[in-house]
Amino acid sequence: MFFASNSIPTPEIVWWALIPVIVFSVSGVLLLTVSSLLKKEVSWLAPGVSLTAGIFVLLSSIPMWNRIQNDGPISFLNNSVGTDGSTIFLTSLIAIALISTSILARPYLSREGIPDLEFYVLLLLSAAGGVVMAGANDLIVLFLGIEILSIAVYVLVALHLRKIESQEAAIKYFLLGAFSSAFLLYGIALVYGAVGTTNLIGIRNFLTTSLLIEDGMLMIGFALMLVGLGFKVAVFPFHAWTPDAYQGAPTPVVIWMAAGVKVAGFAAILRVFPLTFASYVDDWQIPLAVLSGLSVVFGSVVAVVQTNVKRMLAYSSIAHAGFILIGVQSSNMDGTAAVLFYLGVYTFLASGSFAIATVVGGEGDSNHDLDAYKGLAKRKPALAALFTILLLGQAGIPFTGGFIAKLGVISSAVDTKYYFLAGVAMVSAAIAAYVYLRILMAMYSENNEGKIEDIHVSKGVWVVAALSSIVVIATGFIPGPFVEITRDAVPILVGG
Amino acid sequence: MNLIIAASSSATFPVLPSLLIVPTAGALVVAFLPRARKDLTKLVAVIFSTTTCALSLWLLSDFEYENHSDMFQFVSRQSWISDFGISWSFGVDGISLFLIVLTGILFPIAFLAVDPEHNDRSYFAWMLLLEAGVMGVFCSLDLILFFLCFEVVLVPMYFLISRWGHGNRSYAATKFFLFTMAGSALMLVGIITVAFLHADNVGGSVTFDLVEIAESQSIAQGTARWLFLTFALAFAVKIPIFPLHTWLPDAHTEAPTAGSVILAGVLLKLGTYGLIRFGLYLFPEASHFFAPVFLTLGVVGIIYGAVVAAMQKDLKRLVAYSSIAHLGFIVLGTFALNTEAIVGSVLQMVNHGISTGALFLLVGMIYERRHTRQIDELGGLQHSAPLMAGFFTVVMLSSIGLPGLNGFVGEFLILLGTFTAHRWWAVVATLGVVLAALYLLWAYQRVFHGPAEKENAEITDLKTRETLVLLPLLALIVFLGVYPKPVINRMENSVKTLVVHIEKHVSGFEEPVNRHSLGEIKIDTQQLEEGH
Repeated sequence: MFFASNSIPTPEIVWWALIPVIVFSVSGVLLLTVSSLLKKEVSWLAPGVSLTAGIFVLLSSIPMWNRIQNDGPISFLNNSVGTDGSTIFLTSLIAIALISTSILARPYLSREGIPDLEFYVLLLLSAAGGVVMAGANDLIVLFLGIEILSIAVYVLVALHLRKIESQEAAIKYFLLGAFSSAFLLYGIALVYGAVGTTNLIGIRNFLTTSLLIEDGMLMIGFALMLVGLGFKVAVFPFHAWTPDAYQGAPTPVVIWMAAGVKVAGFAAILRVFPLTFASYVDDWQIPLAVLSGLSVVFGSVVAVVQTNVKRMLAYSSIAHAGFILIGVQSSNMDGTAAVLFYLGVYTFLASGSFAIATVVGGEGDSNHDLDAYKGLAKRKPALAALFTILLLGQAGIPFTGGFIAKLGVISSAVDTKYYFLAGVAMVSAAIAAYVYLRILMAMYSENNEGKIEDIHVSKGVWVVAALSSIVVIATGFIPGPFVEITRDAVPILVGG
Repeated sequence: MNLIIAASSSATFPVLPSLLIVPTAGALVVAFLPRARKDLTKLVAVIFSTTTCALSLWLLSDFEYENHSDMFQFVSRQSWISDFGISWSFGVDGISLFLIVLTGILFPIAFLAVDPEHNDRSYFAWMLLLEAGVMGVFCSLDLILFFLCFEVVLVPMYFLISRWGHGNRSYAATKFFLFTMAGSALMLVGIITVAFLHADNVGGSVTFDLVEIAESQSIAQGTARWLFLTFALAFAVKIPIFPLHTWLPDAHTEAPTAGSVILAGVLLKLGTYGLIRFGLYLFPEASHFFAPVFLTLGVVGIIYGAVVAAMQKDLKRLVAYSSIAHLGFIVLGTFALNTEAIVGSVLQMVNHGISTGALFLLVGMIYERRHTRQIDELGGLQHSAPLMAGFFTVVMLSSIGLPGLNGFVGEFLILLGTFTAHRWWAVVATLGVVLAALYLLWAYQRVFHGPAEKENAEITDLKTRETLVLLPLLALIVFLGVYPKPVINRMENSVKTLVVHIEKHVSGFEEPVNRHSLGEIKIDTQQLEEGH
C-alpha cells in the first residue's frame, strides 16, 4: 500500500522495439568484459559476436517491420524514442553495414596486426549509437546517439597504430567532429530556447500551432543543427575531414564510415528537418538545396583530379551525400522514400567498393594509388567484374540500383520545381562518371604496373562484393518491390 | 493457313520484348560458357544474333502497312515500377521497323566478319548486350525505358572501344562515353519534367507513356521549347550534329572494326531516331520552332564533314567524317517536316547503316592485310585484290549516292522534300553530294589505282568468308536502289501520321508540299478550260 502510492512513475517501455539497441550495446559491453576474463585468446570470438549480433538484428527487423506495418508506428519512453518504418529500415541498413564491416575486418586486422577485440567492441557500440539516432524522438536522445556513434568511430579511425596517416586522420576527424557536436548542441539549445521543448513531437506540434513573432533564435538553431548534422554525413562545406579520414583510416573502418555513419546521419536529418521542422520548410529548404547542389558539384569535380582511389571514393561519397540531400530538401513523401532507397543502394555500393579496396590495398593498407589497380582484370577477372558492376552502379548507369536511386531524388527535385538543381546534379553525375571510368580504365589496362603481385582475396571479400553486386543489379532490374518498401518506411512522428 | 499462323502468333508471342531478351540471354550464356569450350563462343554468339535477326525479319513480314489504323503495332505493355509510373512498353511503327531490321542484320554480319583478337567471351557478351540496348531504344514507348536503353549502350561500346580498339583507344572510349553521357544528363531531367508537368496538367498519376504524353500535348509552349532542347542536346551529341561531333572521329578510328560497323551502322541512328520520335512527335511545336536552327546545322554538317573528310590521311577517319556529312542530310530531312523528306531521312538512316557498315568492314579488311590505314602508304590494291576493289567501288558509289544504288533514293527524297520546304538549304546541301563524290573517288583512286608497290602488290584478295559477309550488304544496296518501294510503302503511312500530328499541334503550320505537282497543274488546266 505504502509502496504503491509512492512509487516513482516510470515511463512505459516497449522492449521489443529496443531489441536492436540492446543487442548491439549489450553484446559490445559483454564482449569487452568476457574476453578480458578469458585466459586464452579466442580469435573467432570477437568477429563471431559482432557478426551474430548484426545478423540477429537484421533478422529481428522482419517481425518488427511486420508489426509496425500492421499496428502503426509507436512512441515510448515519454515519447523520447519512436519506432516507425524508417527506424527499422535504417536499423537494418546499419546492421548490413556492420555485417560487411565485420566480415571484411577479420582478414584485414590479422594481416595488419591490429588487435581485433577493441575493433569489434567499438564497432558494436557505434552501431548502437546509430540505431539510437534512427529511433530518436527527442533532440537529446538524438545527440546521445550521435555521440555514442562518433566517439567510437574516432577511435576506430586511429586504430592502425603503426600508420601515421591513421593517427592524423583520427585527430582531424576528432577535432572537427567535436566542433560539429558543439554546433549541434548549441543548435539544439537554441531550438529549445525558442520552443521550450526538445521533444520532436512537441516541437512539431508547437511550430504548427503557434506562430513565433521573433523566430531569429529558431533560425539560428536550424542553421547550427544543419552544420552539426551536415558534418556527420559529409556535405559540402562541412566535408573537409572526409578525404583525409577516408584515406588514413583502416579500410574496413571506411566502409563503416561510408555506409553505417552516413545512414545514421541521414536518419537524424530526416527526423529533424522534413519531419519536425515541416512547417518551416520554406526557411530551410533553400539552404538544403544549395548545400546539396554544392556537394554534388564539388564532390564530382574534385574526385576527378584525385589519384588515390580511396580519396576518389571519399569525394564521390560527398557527391552521393549531396544527391541524398536533394531528396531530403524536397520534404515530401516521394523525396523521403527516394532518400531511403538511395541510402539502401549506397550501403551496398560502399560496402562492395571498399571491400575490393581492402584487398587491393595490400600489406600495410597503403596501396591505394590508381596505378595499383592496373591490370587487375588480368589477374583477378572475377573481382574486376564485380568492381565494374559496383562502379557502374556508383556512376548511376541504367539497370543498376544507382540509376533508380538517382532517378528518385532527381524526380523529387523536379517535383518541387527545383529544375536547376536537378540539372546541375545530372551534369555533375556525368562528370563523376569520369572518376569511375578512370578506375575501370586502370583495371582493364594491359600493362601490369600494379604493384600487387598476387592479391589474396579472402572468402569474406568475395561474399561482400558478390552480394553487393547482386543487390545493385537486382535493385536496377526489379526496383518495384524495393521502392515499395522504402515508401512504407517513410518516417512518421506519432505521440504515444 | 499462313495467315492464321501469322495472326495467332503475332497476338500471343511477345516479339518485341524477345528482341531484347534473346541477345541479353545470349550475352549471359556467352559470358558463362566454360573456359574449356572457348571454341563455342563465336558459334553461340552467332546463333543468338541470327535468332534476333530472324525475329526482326518476322516482325517485318508481319508488319501491316495498309489498312492499319493504330500508330504502333505489336504493342506490349508490362508494368515495371508502378510507383513511378514506368512500364516495359514496346511498339513499332514504320519509322522504327527498318532500324530494327537493320540492327538485326548488321550484328550477325559484324560477328561473322571479324574475330576479336583476345578475350572472345567478354567481347561477344558486350556485343550482344549492345544489341539488346539498341533494340530497346528502337522499340520502347516509355520515356524512362527509352532513356535507360539509350544510356546503357554506352557501357558495352565503352568496353568494346577501350579493350579491343586500336592506338589511342582508352582516350577515344572515354571521350565517347563522357560526351554522350554529359549530353544526355539533362535529358533525364527533361523526361521527368515532361512526365510531372503532364500529370499536373492532365490530372492523374505520373506516367512516362510516350503516346499518352505526345497525344495530349498538355505542356505550355514556352516550357515545351526548353524541354525540347534538353532532348535535342542529347540527340545532337549522339548523332553527332556539328559542332558536337568531336568525339566521333576518335571513337570511329580507334574502335575495332566490328565496333565501328555497329557504331556507324546503328548507334548514330539512336540520335536521329530520337529526334523524330522524341523530338517531332513529342514536341511538334518546339521542333517546328527550332527547325531553322537544325536545318542550318544539318547543312553545315554536310559541308563541314565533306570538306574535312577530303583532307584526311587516314582512310578510317575519312569514312568517319563522311558519316558526319551523311547524318547532316538525315537531320536536314527530319526538320524539313514534310513526308518526302522524313521518309528520305528514315531511309537514309538505313542506307547509311548498310553502306558505311560495309565501308568500315572493307577498311578493316585492308587494315588486316596491310596494318596501316594511311592513304599514302596504300596504292594500287586493285591489281592484287580486284574483288575487293569491286566491292569497294559499289559500296563507295552507294555512299556517294549514285542513282540505282540505295544512297541515291534517300538523298534524293531528302533534297526533294527540303527543296519544297526550304529551297536554299537544299541548294547548299546539294553541294555536299558533289563533295562526297570528290573525297570518296579521290580516296578510292589513291588506294586502289596506280602502281602497286612492295606490300601493296602482294595483298591477298577477299577470302570466301569475307565475300560472304559482304554479299548480303551488297544485295541490299542494289535492292534498295532499284526497288525501294516496299520499304518506302511501309514507312510512308507512319511518317504521314507524324506529319499530320505536327500539323494538328502547330498552329499555322501546313505540310510544305510541292505546289507544282502534276495534280495541281491538272486543276489549273481545268480552270483555264472553264475560263475559255
